Amino acid sequence: MPCMTMSSFWQPVSMRIEGIQTEIDGVFTYDLRFTKSADRTSYHFEPGQFNMLYLPGVGEAAISLSGDRMAESVWRHTVRVAGRVTHTLSRCRVGDTLGVRGPFGQGWPIDAWVGDDIVLVAGGIGLAPMRPVIYEFLRRRAEFGQITLIHGARTPETLLYSTEHAGWERGGIVVQATVDRASSTWRGHQGVVTLLLDRLSIARPQRTHVAMCGPEIMMRYAAISAARRGISDERMWVSLERNMQCAAGLCGHCQLGPMFVCKDGPVFRADRVHSLLAVEAL
Amino acid sequence: MVAPLWLAPKERLQDLIDALRQRQYTVVAPVVDQAAIVYDEIDHIDRLPRGWIDSQAAGHYRLQPTSRDRWFDFVVGPDSWKKYLFPARCVLSTAKPLPDGWQFESAADDSPAYAFLGARACELAAIQVQDRVFLEGPWIDQIYQHRRSRAFIVAVNCTRSGENCFCVSMRTGPACHSGYDLALTETDEGFVVDIGSERGGDLIASLRLPEAPLEKCTAARLSQERAAMQQSKQMATGDLPNLLMTNLEHPRWKDVGDRCLSCTNCTMVCPTCFCCSVDDVTDLNTGAVERQRQWDSCFHEEFSNLNGRPVRNETRSRYRQWLTHKLATWHDQFDTSGCVGCGRCIAWCPVGIDITAEVAALREAPVRCPA
Ligand SMILES: Cc1cc2nc3c(=O)[nH]c(=O)nc-3n(C[C@H](O)[C@H](O)[C@H](O)COP(=O)(O)OP(=O)(O)OC[C@H]3O[C@@H](n4cnc5c(N)ncnc54)[C@H](O)[C@@H]3O)c2cc1C
Ligand code: SF4
Ligand code: SF4
Repeated sequence: MPCMTMSSFWQPVSMRIEGIQTEIDGVFTYDLRFTKSADRTSYHFEPGQFNMLYLPGVGEAAISLSGDRMAESVWRHTVRVAGRVTHTLSRCRVGDTLGVRGPFGQGWPIDAWVGDDIVLVAGGIGLAPMRPVIYEFLRRRAEFGQITLIHGARTPETLLYSTEHAGWERGGIVVQATVDRASSTWRGHQGVVTLLLDRLSIARPQRTHVAMCGPEIMMRYAAISAARRGISDERMWVSLERNMQCAAGLCGHCQLGPMFVCKDGPVFRADRVHSLLAVEAL
Repeated sequence: MVAPLWLAPKERLQDLIDALRQRQYTVVAPVVDQAAIVYDEIDHIDRLPRGWIDSQAAGHYRLQPTSRDRWFDFVVGPDSWKKYLFPARCVLSTAKPLPDGWQFESAADDSPAYAFLGARACELAAIQVQDRVFLEGPWIDQIYQHRRSRAFIVAVNCTRSGENCFCVSMRTGPACHSGYDLALTETDEGFVVDIGSERGGDLIASLRLPEAPLEKCTAARLSQERAAMQQSKQMATGDLPNLLMTNLEHPRWKDVGDRCLSCTNCTMVCPTCFCCSVDDVTDLNTGAVERQRQWDSCFHEEFSNLNGRPVRNETRSRYRQWLTHKLATWHDQFDTSGCVGCGRCIAWCPVGIDITAEVAALREAPVRCPA
């Protein structure tokens, strides 16, 4: 009887944890390296894409690539402890192995933004899938107009990658951080990200793109403020999150109307999903 | 066009089964089990549900003996061929704990080559729908591909429509037009055999059948036409995707949501539903972990879980997801309807919810609240 081996998208490859960095309370960045060099042939990702990280016996979680796509020695993921998989991952140590499938999905359309102004709006862990975009901007800074990052978090202590912000600013990206609850030493902004978006100087709205990643409610309000600033839906981009089992559009879980968030997204141009997101519990 | 052949007396169907088995096919056919006609492996015609027909209605399915000597007068039951092409549970990969970490291995699918005996027109259409899902997207399901590419299909043209059938309005039946290797039409004395592929022609050649006499061909055609005329259930499909997507807030969703038990029956019996989920099964002795895939249903509350809460938190939104996926968004995703009009979901719904009636109700009083 002919026997088939299924080296398919379902097949995890083994990666070893090479480094673990605590970012903020409950958020860790893992550097992963393929255990077999043969697996490196597919070693390429686009900013905004994600992997399925697999802990045998526990399960899988969709986690975005959060590192520099040109840093080819490791695949970097920043993970917030949420439930079973992410909690178990937080107990893993350097040297442990895990399974990885990917990369999956459509990333940020960086090349389509060349020549234009960019506003990145990131809430909480939503900055993780945007960091590869920031690295790309830093490398190709001259190709873009004004670039602003608006990053919101609950408290100053939960701002992500805060040690890198100064370097990003030196590289020509305006970084504006805002927190819900300020501490006595906090000298930055306080309030939701939309307040910053409302106040931002947007010189040429018809040449400005807004890219958002964070809680859906945050993105909804950010889109409303961006629209008020004259930025149309066709120049807004959102990264969505849904339950995902396969990441290849074949398990059905991540559907949003006609879209499979895993393969048609997770990054969508806002006009393609705007009316769908407006329908409750779709 | 090859001339149809004549397989008679009907008992010679055994010759066809034998020929398939000689070619290493595992023959799967309708059989009676627990008061329903299901699909199972057979090696003899004795196991076919000869002399049985099904009486069906919304929420109703009963087998009855028939006085006619008919072998295939029933229509479709709770099973579909999907259970062989897209198994309800299967192993995707294994993880072995070695001293230096996990080693991942792909699982081998050692399924036999199947011959489906008795696939109906709507079922061929359902297989073609799943072909689009599993074989024609950016990612290919290799388990499906492996099983599908080797499957031999002996179709049977329906000569009787069931009470829940609406294949005519879905343009999928009752006659088989493509997607089979051989197609049988039952008459009083035997089967008219149409050849649908080279593979089918090669296989049937070994039976040395005569050409079907003209009057048998005519009788076969007329009985297919009769089955089509008999069909009373229908679904108006004109502009349906647009109608549904502009009525996502229609009060009918609440109405049907209040009746629906969210039991998942409709999705389990549907021959095109492909949703699945994945979990791990650990061997406590070796520590090896199997990654297993199983059928899932959009009617399960946890199905849409996101950050610990379901996106579709009520039955209303889950029924809406199911119906709009079948009849509207499936077109966007796969350029075909996700419903082939087989009527299974109608028969096996414990509260008798009828997809055609739900569509008719929306059509009658659209509210047009655009998505
Ligand atoms: C495309 C995409 C990209 C993503 N990128 C990232 C990323 O870069 N970084 C990241 O951190 N996340 C990311 N996520 C989210 C991440 O996939 C989920 O947080 C993760 O799947 C959670 O898996 P889990 O097994 O740890 O949690 P699960 O066990 O599935 O639990 C999920 C939720 O259930 C709740 N929960 C679980 N257990 C309990 C309990 N015992 N009691 C009460 N509540 C409980 C928690 O609220 C938790 O948030 C991404 C998601 C998608 C779809
Ligand atoms: S939706 Fe119902 S009638 Fe349509 S193919 Fe599925 S089970 Fe058959
Ligand atoms: S429509 Fe009927 S079969 Fe489907 S989930 Fe609801 S009660 Fe069950």
